[in-house]
Amino acid sequence: MNVQDKPASGNRAASPGGTYSGDHALQHEEPLIFERGRTDVSGVDIPDVEIGPRHLAGLERVGEIGIPGLSEPEAIRHYVRLSQLNAAIDTGFYPLGSCTMKHNPRLGEKVARFAGFADVHPLQPQRTVQGALALIAELARWLKELTGMPAVAMTPRAGAHGELCGIIAIRAALENRGDKRPIILVPESAHGTNPATAALCGFSVKSIKATGEGRVDLASLTQALSSQVAALMLTNPNTSGLFERDMIAIADALHAAGAYFYCDGANFNAIMGRVKPGDLGVDAMHINLHKTFSTPHGGGGPGAGPVVFSERLAPFAPLPLLVEDDRGFRLIEDSREAQPASPFGRMAAFHGQMGMFVRALAYMMSHGRDGLRQASGDAVLSANYILASLKDVISAPYDGSCMHEALFDDTFLKGTSITTLDVAKRLIDEGFHPMTVYFPLTVHGAMLVEPTESESKRTLDRFIAVMRGLAAEAISGDPAGFKQAPVFAPRRRLDETAAARNPVLRWKP
Amino acid sequence: MRYLPLNDDDRRAMLERIGVSSIDDLFRDVPASAREPQFDLPLHAGESEVERMLSRFALANTGAGECAFFCGAGAYRHHVPASVDYLIQRSEFLTSYTPYQPEISQGTLQTLFEFQTQVAAITAMEIANASMYDGSTGAAEAVLMAHRVTGRNRAVLSGNLHPHYADTIRTMAGLAGEIVVTPPVPGSADEISEQIDNNTSCVVVQNPDVFGSIRDLAPLAQVAHSKGALLVVVFTEAVSLGLVRPPGAMGADIVAGEGQSLGNALNFGGPYVGLFASRERFVRQMPGRLAGQTADVEGRRGFVLTLSAREQHIRREKATSNICTNSGLCALAFTIHLSLLGETGLRKLARLNHARAVTLAESLVAIPEVELATPAFFNEFTLRLPRPAAEVVETLAGRGVLAGVPASRLFPSHTGCENLLIVAATETNAESDIDLYRDELGGVLAR
Amino acid sequence: MDEIRFTESHEWLRMENGIATVGISRYAAEQLGDVVHIELPVPGKTLEKGAEAAVVESVKAASEIYAPVSGEVTAANRDLATGLGRISTEPEEAWLFRIRMSNPSEAERLMTRDQYRDYLKGL
Repeated sequence: MNVQDKPASGNRAASPGGTYSGDHALQHEEPLIFERGRTDVSGVDIPDVEIGPRHLAGLERVGEIGIPGLSEPEAIRHYVRLSQLNAAIDTGFYPLGSCTMKHNPRLGEKVARFAGFADVHPLQPQRTVQGALALIAELARWLKELTGMPAVAMTPRAGAHGELCGIIAIRAALENRGDKRPIILVPESAHGTNPATAALCGFSVKSIKATGEGRVDLASLTQALSSQVAALMLTNPNTSGLFERDMIAIADALHAAGAYFYCDGANFNAIMGRVKPGDLGVDAMHINLHKTFSTPHGGGGPGAGPVVFSERLAPFAPLPLLVEDDRGFRLIEDSREAQPASPFGRMAAFHGQMGMFVRALAYMMSHGRDGLRQASGDAVLSANYILASLKDVISAPYDGSCMHEALFDDTFLKGTSITTLDVAKRLIDEGFHPMTVYFPLTVHGAMLVEPTESESKRTLDRFIAVMRGLAAEAISGDPAGFKQAPVFAPRRRLDETAAARNPVLRWKP
Repeated sequence: MRYLPLNDDDRRAMLERIGVSSIDDLFRDVPASAREPQFDLPLHAGESEVERMLSRFALANTGAGECAFFCGAGAYRHHVPASVDYLIQRSEFLTSYTPYQPEISQGTLQTLFEFQTQVAAITAMEIANASMYDGSTGAAEAVLMAHRVTGRNRAVLSGNLHPHYADTIRTMAGLAGEIVVTPPVPGSADEISEQIDNNTSCVVVQNPDVFGSIRDLAPLAQVAHSKGALLVVVFTEAVSLGLVRPPGAMGADIVAGEGQSLGNALNFGGPYVGLFASRERFVRQMPGRLAGQTADVEGRRGFVLTLSAREQHIRREKATSNICTNSGLCALAFTIHLSLLGETGLRKLARLNHARAVTLAESLVAIPEVELATPAFFNEFTLRLPRPAAEVVETLAGRGVLAGVPASRLFPSHTGCENLLIVAATETNAESDIDLYRDELGGVLAR
Repeated sequence: MDEIRFTESHEWLRMENGIATVGISRYAAEQLGDVVHIELPVPGKTLEKGAEAAVVESVKAASEIYAPVSGEVTAANRDLATGLGRISTEPEEAWLFRIRMSNPSEAERLMTRDQYRDYLKGL
């Protein structure tokens, strides 16, 4: 413990560009807090009070905990320097397909920190939180209106948690009618969360194939349907960036077979303000507030995944239920009070991701119905612009226009030794965050580009010019610039094999 | 629209390259019957207008800072240093995605590695993951993990586990096996050992429990282990780990805790951050992301997401969990707050919390007919009042005191909970808050 | 004489005295990339042909290994755990597990090396 910063060695690194410090101008090598901090230092001033043993029942913690502290200036510098090693939407184009990396308005950050939202406890008396409940109800109204669905469960904490909520509701509905159906159909191109969710709910997963044009094959779907099928989980627009033209026919076929239609709403950004999934026969759909409605991704979360339900599934929505009567808003937290509804249970402690709700509602109110429609239009326009500007040099697996994501494959790299991964790493050197690579799994060497509506034409044109340059260089016969990339990032390629073979998951003295 | 950079000239030029005449043409795959529906929603609004509309919602709530505040039961009001909130709003942390491209995500990855190390240290466990959604869903994942580790599928839950957690476990793990919940026993250990049989994968206990009681879990661990079951320890108050014997020192095999207390605001229940730790030999059965140390091609230390073959994006229906998005930014807030505190600060903070709770408890039990139901506690305890706690809480709310959480709100179907009030104190409570609470409660009960 | 046989799911197997030794083909190893972890069956376990017998993980993928024939597992190659690189460098030596065949005729229906080579061309 208390290993201090290694002093600068006094030896300039032998490699070109080496420095005595190991730093490079604005790019710093930052040690771990365990190498820099000390257990006797604290950056928070707290009075040291005496306590008696009376109420501790002899359970006092003994021995060193093993966590160092940093003074406030040291802490600020540590984390600011670490932040500078990250790519972010705020610093550059981030066309990560499937992830909807759009601009995060700072208004959301401001309003979410209002004391009336941030400094409110979930179990305060309900009459002291009428504003918070009203806000949840208002967001619920927007979500129901935008999706054309009659009910919404607000508590799921992320997209995959929303999927779980939807599939459990489907299971509850089937049980309610005494129907045991063991199978859920999932297209091969689906997000991994879909089969993982189905499995978590005790269903077996049956894969269904796509047509040559990248959409669900209605014939194979119909063939796969039986009294054993509980539901289909389908992303629309799908993971290849295409609208499932046969949505209504798919829904009809499912319903005729007694199955439910779960729609993965991960790509709702393409159609918000333009299409209501309820009009397409969907029974349940989660909405990733952190994608479509722009709550920041925060390096992996938090998100929120409210689930909208059709009339058929609405009675099974989880607790708590939010109702309004003449005394105001009220949470129903006990299933006995929920009748005639029969909620399947509870998704998580408390009432949902309030911090995300406030940000999402700020985003929706800012755009309004006209702005949301323009945003989805611009997102689709930008993706098609990239597709149209690159498809003569970078192979695209499917013909025609796309929705909000442009999908390419690695056919154009055939005969070179360059892979999709190499292209991604080279993009890092060009100052762009790479697109999503190797997803969907159905397309070889997939590159999924999602520009969102947040990029100027100038940025799109620069990206297009860079991609055209890379495509030309790739087939020129010299792969070096791809194979070595990245060379300008804080780190070169990292040895993921070593990391997985001998996992080092925590610092040890 | 201020968030949309394209103008009509741009759009025209782009449409021309694409070869269509309007954006609507790009939506021709949408079935005709579903095109251009009506939306009963307002038009766009300026920033000041939106701020005003949202202020109205905010002002209709009683913020914890406006009154003497003593609510806990799974969410705690602590002071968060100003630098924490500044740092998590750094663009490069706030607006980055999951660190799938490690070369340009070392900031997030290193903080996660530090977070994992801190979580392992405070829980006294061998390893920790990069966060779950929250404590309740983490507890459900712990049960599922115990099923995988043991090859069994029966979980026994302590009745003193937060009921929302028990309900979440029923929802998320109920489809994978049997869930048994013992009745709640405020103030003492419930009879959970007797429920452990040879098909039990785990026992789940909370410490401090939902009533605030602390207890030695080592004897329970011994019984569980002797029957081949794992001990899953849940906590909702991370600050307790600065003073109370940690789960790892009492034989825990998996720990699922709520990390909201450090770095994160109350937020009316979310977003929070799930802390998840276990023994190293179970690592391949763990849910969620893991940051691991490695080196780049020049031999420089760096960090990557590792052991991903456990996860849904690779393993699909055979994944250890369906979790994808986690609580990255809340984990960042947690780790920054804990780095500022350090060992010394965490211990002082924990002692201060305990001292405040002791002062509060002693001054409240001096009121006639008010009893302490939980003799051993950290910063939260349960009072037995002479009348239903929910009514008392409602009355006190009108007098500037949010007095705690009535147990009946959490255990609506258990008789015997009506008069119990769960009360938390933290470093944010001034002496004057405690005096006000004593005076008002005394006054209400005297009537 | 080359007694090796291959399956359509890219396992190889060699037979000796009624015992089949099983590994993954060079093609499968190349597709998978560097192996980082394996899960092997417990000796004594009985497997039906086509049942999931082992898992081979790389950084980016996890691949189930199916029993090419039915029988009882007699051995698992525990030594591989410390030399996972061998699965990439010498896949036909780096065996995973052995099965005492309960129905040796099942092996006759598997592909010879030439047949497997033709099969790969068609992929």
